[in-house]
Amino acid sequence: MLVTILDVVIAGLLLGGIYALIAVGLSLQYGVARVLNIAHGEFIMLGAFATWMLYTMFGINPLVSLVICGPVVFLIGFFLHKTLFRSLLNSSVSLDVFESKSLLASFGLLFIIQNVAILVWGADIEGYSYLAFGVNLGGAIFAANRLVTLLFAVVIGAAFYLFLTRTRLGKGIRAAAQDPGTAGLMGVNINHVLALCFGFGALMAGFAGGLLSMCYPIQATMGLEYTIIAIIVVVLGGLGSIPGSFIGGFILGLIGSIVTYIEPSLALVAYYVIFILLLLAKPTGILGK
Amino acid sequence: MDITELTSKRSLVSGSIILIILILLATVSLYSPGYTVVLLSAILMYIILTVSWVIFSGPTGYISLAPAAFFGVGIYTSAILGKALPLPIVISIGGLASFCLGLLVGALTLRLRGIYFAIFTFGLVELIKHLLLFWELHVTGTRGRFVMVVDYNTIYYLMLIIFVLLLLTAYLIRHSKYGLALQSIGQNEDAAAHTGINVTMVKVITFAISAFFMGAAGAIMATKWTYIDPYIAFNPFFSFMPVLMAIFGGMGQLYGPVIGAAIFTYLEEFLITRLPELYMLIFGTILVIAILYLPDGLVGLIQKLWNRISVRKHAYT
Repeated sequence: MLVTILDVVIAGLLLGGIYALIAVGLSLQYGVARVLNIAHGEFIMLGAFATWMLYTMFGINPLVSLVICGPVVFLIGFFLHKTLFRSLLNSSVSLDVFESKSLLASFGLLFIIQNVAILVWGADIEGYSYLAFGVNLGGAIFAANRLVTLLFAVVIGAAFYLFLTRTRLGKGIRAAAQDPGTAGLMGVNINHVLALCFGFGALMAGFAGGLLSMCYPIQATMGLEYTIIAIIVVVLGGLGSIPGSFIGGFILGLIGSIVTYIEPSLALVAYYVIFILLLLAKPTGILGK
Repeated sequence: MDITELTSKRSLVSGSIILIILILLATVSLYSPGYTVVLLSAILMYIILTVSWVIFSGPTGYISLAPAAFFGVGIYTSAILGKALPLPIVISIGGLASFCLGLLVGALTLRLRGIYFAIFTFGLVELIKHLLLFWELHVTGTRGRFVMVVDYNTIYYLMLIIFVLLLLTAYLIRHSKYGLALQSIGQNEDAAAHTGINVTMVKVITFAISAFFMGAAGAIMATKWTYIDPYIAFNPFFSFMPVLMAIFGGMGQLYGPVIGAAIFTYLEEFLITRLPELYMLIFGTILVIAILYLPDGLVGLIQKLWNRISVRKHAYT
């Protein structure tokens, strides 16, 4: 019994690490840049496919690829905000209008990125095997790659948190999240910070994608599922709260693991039920303002 | 020419154009090959989805991503009841089931504004899909259902009837005090409530009416597909398409979404069998371009050009 509980909890934490990373990315994009990026999952897919390609074609270690793929995905996100979302922001009369416009524009991005990926890599399920041996944790056996994934997710999350709280740029980002207008008056280059946040969001997605590709099979159409999970986690943690998203990711991972243990086909249903109940009961989430 | 004379002349012209188009549509099966009827049925289906989306989301600005849910409810109604009851009754029940779901969702999501509403309605489609999958897997032990087949002309004429009813409804809502109430909700909800509009009531009823037509269209369309399962019936694609078609066509006039839907359905029929990836790529690109450069859609563009021409005409005289 104890081993079973341990089994379920550790599996939940392993799942939660990925969810947390994805959700922190989306939280940055929505919380600061006000773009509810439906194409978030596509950046995860890009990260995953880039890592897969580097490993299968050039034999580059997936953990090293993180350093290569991350910046590329970051630049894509950064320039997307500098061009597309900037001009949407300029043409919108209010923040509400910008939010709906950018939501729809990111739907467009989703279809563009996904179908370019299908044209380039095909629609098949791909995968590779890396660190796929078992590790015994108190009687339960887990694949080493999933433990490495959890470790990296926690390290990346913690590093980013330190960056936000301890550096000058991080302070600027937090100021922009609270009140973009006043932050601008205080000398924060607001357009630059918003684009950076969007880029960082994409970077998190890219990292998550690279880590994911070590543990799960990947496919060009995989993005939307992760986007939905990210949205649920972000709402759970409180829209715009980065620690909330990180904690929310682990909570959802644990719930998913428990439900999967009881009845595997109900895991997604459980996510949606939680999501809908949460939106109705406390739309600000657990750490929301 | 004074302004009343001008508008009455205008409505006479547009009225007779609509009448001619309807007569052409009603007699199309007599003189054209079967494929035209099939294509027109598909176009009408998307027009119904798009126009009913615009009835609610156009004036209020609430982005609903629930069309697939209402459409799917219609499809499943048709699949379950299709063999037992005559088709017009099945379609009405499909519409009513969606209407009830619309009332329920509307009543639940009242307090959600803006982006939350969009997320909620999107989650709804996925929730229904996964619940149905669970149900089919564990309770009935089946996967999917076969639907009673109906010939193409029947599908087409039923679609046409729903289309005409929808246009009438949309026109009446637009030109009544409900239309004005909806618009004021879209512009400033608090102010609308202060002027004595029952904001909740107007929103929920309009949302449910738009759901009715989506459900009815789903119930008809199911008979064309012969086999359905939760993935086919509750495909989020049917939530995105009406949004794109409405934005592309423009929501300022009633014919905007009609034109948008017609163009995209034709493009879809043309491309999706040959180059599905390319079709979706074009779809996404047009969506982004339309949001960036066509804030009022095709209709807005036409009106802008028209105004420019007429201004120039006046300038010379």
